[in-house]
Amino acid sequence: MHKQIVIIGGGPAGLAAAVAAKDSGIDDIVVIERASSPGGILMQCIHNGFGLHTFKEELTGPEYAERFIRKAEERNIEILLSTFAIDITADKTVTCMSRDKGIFTIEADAIILAMGCRERPRGALNTPGYRPAGIYSAGTAQKLVNLEGKMPGSEVVILGSGDIGLIMARRMTLEGAKVKAVAEIMPYSGGLKRNIVQCLDDFSIPLLLSTTVVDIAGKDRVESVTLAKVDEKLNPIPGTEEVVKCDTLLLSCGLLPENELSQQMGVTLSPVTGGPVVDESLETSIEGVFAAGNVLHVHDLVDYVSEEASNAGAKAAEYVKGLSGKAGKGTGYKVETGNGVRYTVPTIIHPEKVSDLTTIRFRVGNVYKNPEICVYIGDRCVIRRKKMICAPGEMEQVVLKKDDIATLKDGETVKVLLENI
Amino acid sequence: MEKKTMTCINCPMGCQVTVEYELKDGKADPGSFVITGNTCPRGKTYAESEMTDPVRTVTGTVSVTGGELPVVSVKTDRPVPKDLVMDVADELMKIKAASPVKIGDIVAANICGTDANIVATSNVRVC
Repeated sequence: MHKQIVIIGGGPAGLAAAVAAKDSGIDDIVVIERASSPGGILMQCIHNGFGLHTFKEELTGPEYAERFIRKAEERNIEILLSTFAIDITADKTVTCMSRDKGIFTIEADAIILAMGCRERPRGALNTPGYRPAGIYSAGTAQKLVNLEGKMPGSEVVILGSGDIGLIMARRMTLEGAKVKAVAEIMPYSGGLKRNIVQCLDDFSIPLLLSTTVVDIAGKDRVESVTLAKVDEKLNPIPGTEEVVKCDTLLLSCGLLPENELSQQMGVTLSPVTGGPVVDESLETSIEGVFAAGNVLHVHDLVDYVSEEASNAGAKAAEYVKGLSGKAGKGTGYKVETGNGVRYTVPTIIHPEKVSDLTTIRFRVGNVYKNPEICVYIGDRCVIRRKKMICAPGEMEQVVLKKDDIATLKDGETVKVLLENI
Repeated sequence: MEKKTMTCINCPMGCQVTVEYELKDGKADPGSFVITGNTCPRGKTYAESEMTDPVRTVTGTVSVTGGELPVVSVKTDRPVPKDLVMDVADELMKIKAASPVKIGDIVAANICGTDANIVATSNVRVC
């Protein structure tokens, strides 16, 4: 089988990319989705607050997904459900597997990677103890409760104060469980303020900062966990241990872009984001292979996933139509970070390929009050924006004008940094 | 003089906003509010609404009979008083919807006397 554009993943990124590619004039598109229905992780995110930027109203996850599923249906976009992409080669041959079709391959002119991210598992946390039942990632618990109608336990401790952990603290409480504490190893929460207030404060659930789990007791089932304070180097402080009785431990300890397929095909990954290195067109190190959404870098808001993926879809369509890329492109200009900015997406800009406006998304490495977000093109400051606060948990963005990018000269770079910190 | 401290949710600053107030007929008297700790006007507005009429949209699931999934996700179609959130959650546990259920279907009306309806936020087909 041959397709002009193959999209790996039918979650919010894959659906938005497919819709945009179709609207850009490419009809020969297929979306590969391993679940039995499209929508991705949104389907289990039944809380509200999605879509404020895109639709100017607060939707729940499934409602947000439905809007994009409908757009895909209206455009007759082919979605292969219950189908795994198990390999992609550098020449863009995708090997897929499904119960109906067995193993088959699709040759693609362009590929959009939209596989999303995964939760950091217990094995990556080095927490001592046996392997009793009752330890779940927060997302697994979310799936059990919200899609399968099963409660993972009744007395809960949550490690990590990422948004999924906070959301699950409230969800488990509403379903009758007792959430005893949320422990966060950092001195601040990575979750949104709104979630801390509405998921913890509203239910008097304590958020224990600079605290981690140092032991898990129980052999068949979790019986208790031991919490301890940590010092500035995040090492547990002896003498601060406290045993908390519980039957369930939920882990909300970070999300990792899921790039096994990208690595198999030889796409260059960023050591900071864990996602592919991309240019202004969201094109990876392999020509005609694009990436968007949480596979590229983990987002806070699905609205920005959709926006980014739409861009990737449009750029992939341009590529297929031969409007860009195929003739070969220059090496481009680097986007450098400094002074509090941890990473940017993209990290390469080709002035000859940019649209009128180019969005650069980034995260800062710490909490900064009253910083100025600055962008320099060469030594020329083109953006200086005062902020009341920048925090690691909130993605920032700057939008560059084509005319400014056009002034880049050999040997210069684009720099994104914070000043006045 | 009574006193209440809350975290503003409008931005990552998370200002600790303190409201000092007098009680009038057992309720906080808005005329007496002295609001401190906010960095911007949004903090003041937030504190006032949290003191006088705190509301939340409740989301959850209800059981479904005869569906491809055992539960369907739901929400209150308007925010309900914060004090009633747990009561609404308890009511949700008693509701049984019959499949098929479509987004927007009302599965329970006027929940806990709040005027809010419980509406489905996902689709569950007949299995």
